[in-house]
Amino acid sequence: MNLSFRRVWAITRKEFLHIIHDSRTLALVFLMPILQLILYGYALNLEIQRVDMAVIDYSRSTASRHLIETFNGSRFFRLFELNENPSQVGTLFKERKAKVAMVIPPDFARKIRKRFTTPVQFLVDASDANAATLIRNYCNRVILTYNINSGNKIQLPFNMGSTVFFNPNFTSAYFFVPGLIAMILIMISALLTSVTIARERETGTLEQILVSPIKPAEIMIGKVFPYIFLAFLDASMILAFGAFGFKIPFVGSLTLLLILSILYIILSLSLGLLISTVASSQQVAMMIAQTATVLPTIMLSGLIFPIASMPKWLQYLTYIIPARFYLLIVRGIVLKGSLLAELLTPIAVLVVMTVLFLIAAVWKFQINLEK
Amino acid sequence: MTAINIQNFHKFYGSLEAARGITFSVQKGEIFGVIGPDGAGKTTLLRAICTLLLPDQGSITINGLDVTKSVGEVRKILGYMPQRFSLYPDLTVHQNLQFFADLFEVPLKEKNERLQQLYRFSKLEPFKNRKAANLSGGMKQKLALSCALIHRPEILVLDEPTTGVDPLSRQEFWEILHTIQKEGTTILISTAYMDEAEQCDRVVLFFRGRTVGLDTLENLKKKYPYRLYWLKAKNLRKLLDFFQTLENVRAIQLSGDTLHVGFDTVPAAGDWQAWIKATAGNLEEWESRPPSIEDVFLDLMRRPQ
Repeated sequence: MNLSFRRVWAITRKEFLHIIHDSRTLALVFLMPILQLILYGYALNLEIQRVDMAVIDYSRSTASRHLIETFNGSRFFRLFELNENPSQVGTLFKERKAKVAMVIPPDFARKIRKRFTTPVQFLVDASDANAATLIRNYCNRVILTYNINSGNKIQLPFNMGSTVFFNPNFTSAYFFVPGLIAMILIMISALLTSVTIARERETGTLEQILVSPIKPAEIMIGKVFPYIFLAFLDASMILAFGAFGFKIPFVGSLTLLLILSILYIILSLSLGLLISTVASSQQVAMMIAQTATVLPTIMLSGLIFPIASMPKWLQYLTYIIPARFYLLIVRGIVLKGSLLAELLTPIAVLVVMTVLFLIAAVWKFQINLEK
Repeated sequence: MTAINIQNFHKFYGSLEAARGITFSVQKGEIFGVIGPDGAGKTTLLRAICTLLLPDQGSITINGLDVTKSVGEVRKILGYMPQRFSLYPDLTVHQNLQFFADLFEVPLKEKNERLQQLYRFSKLEPFKNRKAANLSGGMKQKLALSCALIHRPEILVLDEPTTGVDPLSRQEFWEILHTIQKEGTTILISTAYMDEAEQCDRVVLFFRGRTVGLDTLENLKKKYPYRLYWLKAKNLRKLLDFFQTLENVRAIQLSGDTLHVGFDTVPAAGDWQAWIKATAGNLEEWESRPPSIEDVFLDLMRRPQ
């Protein structure tokens, strides 16, 4: 294929002029990501804090006081005493006054003194299964602390300790913000290019371009260039906002991340072009671009839900989601400080996807006005 | 020498047949008019000539090249100006011209000279930094024409370029077209304005996807079979109603403040007197006239296909 650089450049320059003339789109391009980052960034939070816990203390002893204090000391629970019988707990859960209840038996202090094991009952509202699991884990951890403090350590034949890497405090934002970057970038980029050809079709300018000797590939390449520049500014802004706004510790190489982000941007722009070639109007193009990027990225990229816990068939489906691979790159570089050599697989996948999207867009592009 | 040759061209949009077997050819160097009312199928034909639509049946060749097979070559030969204004409204006059010069790869050495030439005849130079959106209708059309001419096409295809343009700009536009013709360019132009047929060397008359007439305007008028009179009256509507009922009348139409009536044979002096009486003096004047393009077109349109 013999591409004319002059024609590509003519398209690029023209698109660039469109961009700077269209201040509304420009504002959208820079404001929307920030808004989304703020909204999702603060709303998507899996940490649980200040869980209301009802305490029914039948023991009323120093030992039980001590146990309650241990719970009070953790920032996870907000305790209140309940002087009723445990059968009231169900009502309490229904009224959402508590999510967990702790029942301390009357012989608690006596048994503790005699170094017997003594049961403490926990009732957990599991209408939110994830939260219930977390609450149960927190309870176990507090109980463990209590046991250690009161010298009731049970001797095990081995000692199990765990150290958490990369995000020791399990801060949700560290996990989500890089993912959001992946989602926002693909959405904005695909949106930008998805309307370009559809707009020319709508305004009739496509008819005028088509009668020139221009080749589809020249139109595609020419249109991608200015948006790479625009989307890159966008990406830098989102990254900076993510890093400073959410105080994400940035471990790896910024240069490497920016370069690979350009790759991801080109991929997203190519996807947008592919959408543009099949969409009949700008409205349709925007709808397809939104649907094709936002939902699959949220659900299937590992942004929120771990891929490993999906059913097998759904796991296979995630391999066609570009953000899945970009996420490996962003989280790898930002949180773990991954190096280029460790990211070759996701990079290769992104390159292949980009090429496929571009080829499909060129192939799908109609060189006449036939439907 | 034939520039454009169209043989039995058919085009369907679903069940609607926009072109029903069109055959004609355009000679090199002529201004050829495609005349017909809206919806006659003019745009469909012009788009097919410009490789933008594929014929469902029949063939179209440009300089002997098939438009469905030699798309690239044909697009280099043709200059096309679509019916809708199809330039970039947010780009300036100069930016639009630059863009199309690059798109058609006008050699860089010639580019400036070519732009100057186009500025000269379009008189757009003073507006070169104005955005296309802010041009008047006539100036927009001249800019579109300049863009279509940028690569010195051998054949220029114009789809209703003068629609919605003021009379003065229309006249100026036609003057430009005649200048281009003198430089050796073949021009195929469609229009719904009958009077513009006068400007063409030959015309084809289109009606409902068919050609109903094809010749020079002069010959078409010569072939008009009736004796045409222009009639004036106090009340033209009533006069129309009256003459419609006469056996001798073959064609009749209101045109401005006159009624055009085509008779089988020349009416005798006595006939006119009788008609004045019959209309109670409504008929005031009559004059024998050669047919206008409207008369010719309406007659051809009404004939059974």
